[in-house]
Formats: sequence, C-alpha cells, structure tokens
Amino acid sequence: MISTNAYVLLSAILFTIGVVGVLVRRNVIVMFMSVELMLNSANLALIAFSRARAESDGQIITFFVIAVAAAEVAVGLALLVSIFRAKKTTNVDDVNTLKG
Amino acid sequence: METFLFITTAIVAVGAALAMVLSSNAVHSALFLILNFCSVAILYFLLRAPFLGAVQVTVYAGAIMVLFLFVIMLLGAENAELGEEKIGWQKPAGLVLGVALLAEIGYVAYRGTKLIDAPVADATNIGAPTTISAKLFSTYLLPFEVISILLLIAVVGTVVLTRRRVVAREERQS
Repeated sequence: MISTNAYVLLSAILFTIGVVGVLVRRNVIVMFMSVELMLNSANLALIAFSRARAESDGQIITFFVIAVAAAEVAVGLALLVSIFRAKKTTNVDDVNTLKG
Repeated sequence: METFLFITTAIVAVGAALAMVLSSNAVHSALFLILNFCSVAILYFLLRAPFLGAVQVTVYAGAIMVLFLFVIMLLGAENAELGEEKIGWQKPAGLVLGVALLAEIGYVAYRGTKLIDAPVADATNIGAPTTISAKLFSTYLLPFEVISILLLIAVVGTVVLTRRRVVAREERQS
C-alpha cells in the first residue's frame, strides 16, 4: 500500500501549485480556482492522515471543508459578478479604487 | 497495482493542476481543474474513502465547477489577462515564493513527526457512508447544523449581492 508520506508530498505539490496560481495569475476567476485547488490538497492530506490513524474524523472534517468551500464559492462568485457589473473587468490589477 | 494506479493518478493530478495555472483561457483552466478534482477523487477511493470520493465528484467536480463555468461564460472573462502586465516583477516573485514554500513544506514533511501507516485490515470501513453518517449525526451534530445555517446564509447573501442594483434601479424609477 502507498505510504502516507507519498500522499502528503502530493498534497504539498498541489498546494504549492495553488499558491503560485494565486500569486501569478491576474484573472480573478482563475485565482479563485487556485484557492479551490489549495482546499482540495488540504482535503487530500486530511484523508491520508485519516487512513493512517484508522479513524474517520479526518474524513468528516473533509466533508465540512467541502461544504464551506461550496458556500464560499457561491458568495465569492456573487461578489465577482457584482464587481464585474461595477468595473467591467475581472483583472485584479484594475480593481484598485482604494489605492492612494 | 495500487502503486501503478497511485503514480498514474498523481501525475494526472499534478499535470492538470499545472495546466490549470498555465493555460491563458479561463474555460480551459476550469476544465483542467475538473480533471484534477476527478483524479483526486480516484485517490480518495484508493485511500478507502468511497463516500468522500463520491461527494468530491458530485459536489466539487459537478456543482462547484458548473458554477465556475457558468460565471466565466456569463461574464465573458475567458481572456481577462490579455494586454500588458501592470506590475512586472509579480510573476518571478510569485514563482520564487512558490518554490520556497514547496521547499519549506517538503522539509517539514521530511523532518516532521514520523507518520504511522495504518493497519488497513481494520481500516477498511472507516470511509463507508454508514460510519461517516453515524459520527456526523452524533459526535459532529452541532457542526453539521452550523453548516446548514452557513449554507442558508450563503444562499441569502448571494441573492442580496446580485439583486441589489436591480432593486435600486426600480426604486429610482418609482
């Protein structure tokens, strides 16, 4: 069977790709998708630890993370739509009204 | 067999994640993210979490990504990044910070506490829907109820955020 270390390593790689996506991309929807990727990699690590400890608590936490992510996506995309209506852009560099 | 399946799925997952970050079209990004979520669901099945694998496919790869695709199509934001970069050093700085983070996580995972490997024979049914639901409705009942309230608030918030301008316009007209 695959060791927990392999899953944690894969989870770390996916998390880093998500972080780089948030830092590098300027399209706010793609940045949002990178956040989803990070949540997903954390879920993978949680389930790997859940198997390593032979307890289902990690899987229940993953269930909650998925539910919170669903709520976050609903509100976040609604915010994006209203920002797009006001600014006509989805590039985060163009949304700089607070910039002094 | 399990090793082969893990390695193949892991390569697909990492490749899809990289393609998601690198592709310039947001619709392609969303489709690659769906591929990544499906391969992670396969990993959940490998980790003996069939319930969460199914939830991953239906909720994440199904519902959430459909919402993403819908919003991208609605706003027409596939190519939002064409044109020149406003802050030139942003991309190299992001890459350097990402590599630093990966090195850090790798070091912690390598030097950290020794991870235990499961007695799999005892652990075969920890991910079964019956086990999950039994715990969800006893030990984790309060968080479960809070989640339902949170989802309700999210629905109300979404409606408020997207309806406000229409309501304002109607008030101005009357």
